[in-house]
Amino acid sequence: MSTTQPRARGLPPFQRFLDAERDVVWRYLVAQVGPAEAEDCFQETFIAALRAYPRLRAQSNLRAWVLTIAQHKALDAHRARGRRPQLLAEQDGREGAAPSAQEQLLAREGELWQAVAALPERQRSAIALRFLADLPHREIAAAMDCSVEAARRSLHEGLTKLRKAVPA
Amino acid sequence: MSGREGMTVKEIEQALRRGPAHARGVAGSRTSGGAAAASAAAARAAAQRLSERMAEQGLADIGYAPVDSPFGKLLLAASEQGLLRLAFPEEDADSVLERLAARVSPRIVESPAQLDPIRRELDEYFEGRRHKFELPLDWTLVGPFGRRVLGATARIPYGNVLTYTEVAAEAGSPRGSRAAGNALGANPIPIVVPCHRVLRGSGALGGYAGGLPRKQFLLELEGAR
Repeated sequence: MSTTQPRARGLPPFQRFLDAERDVVWRYLVAQVGPAEAEDCFQETFIAALRAYPRLRAQSNLRAWVLTIAQHKALDAHRARGRRPQLLAEQDGREGAAPSAQEQLLAREGELWQAVAALPERQRSAIALRFLADLPHREIAAAMDCSVEAARRSLHEGLTKLRKAVPA
Repeated sequence: MSGREGMTVKEIEQALRRGPAHARGVAGSRTSGGAAAASAAAARAAAQRLSERMAEQGLADIGYAPVDSPFGKLLLAASEQGLLRLAFPEEDADSVLERLAARVSPRIVESPAQLDPIRRELDEYFEGRRHKFELPLDWTLVGPFGRRVLGATARIPYGNVLTYTEVAAEAGSPRGSRAAGNALGANPIPIVVPCHRVLRGSGALGGYAGGLPRKQFLLELEGAR
């Protein structure tokens, strides 16, 4: 085989990128659009990523990049259905028996996620990128296309609202 | 709702990290470890469906799959044009795919379905039921001289052998038997492009990128030795 061709930019094979990022993207999308629509958004996210992939620079932050795409797909899904994101934990609604500690916890979590769903878009994104996708501030900023300071602020404001919504 | 106790800041952050109950496939009794595993399994299944779809719809440029053989797991990679690469088990699959990404396209996905026809032909070959591969080949990884050498090699019938000098002559450079040897050694599609059918003039095996025992095995399989 000839070795005279210039070495290309060294992007990993797409499959390796998909394997490395699928968990983070999945968790992010399930939290943003709910389990029923996560699959479609997941497919659309990675198909869009595949199309654009060869044009990326090897040094790109692939996780921030794919989460930006996921964010757009999640927003499209919300707009298509004209409603708030589906962040509600299903309530059991069983009457009668005293709720177990586990059920109480789920109920409180349910309120928390309702509060997350009610956040303004950028705060909700910052919260999802920080806690569900587990990104550091720098990468949250990259995914949201804003400064680190602005990302930090969105995150802080979001958390403050959540504390008010479900006070200790 | 009974949960009026509220949550501490720490509890809020922990709950956010766990994700919504429905994302965990919750009934309530799962540990967070089990939840993470369930989410990872869902992500893996979604990614598998995705890879297959990408290959089926021709969105990816290269599909690959590991395939069982008497030599162990072979790695097959194919483009729309045809089979591009066959790697022996000793070759590190990651670096084989990395080189394909650099030289051909990084749009590479695992897609066993796309490789099925090729896998079938290989199975038949190893069972002795197939003497000629019908599958199309993609010569992208081979330079012009290599293509002439490997083209001549591909025309050697099942069970026959040529010498390095004869193959060089077939490729149009009768004195280039060493260069022909190099081109054969760099064959990106061994077995299917039967470089094992090329021997020394003395009848000695010569070389083989997959190791001489495999060359011997293939020649015996074909009844050439």
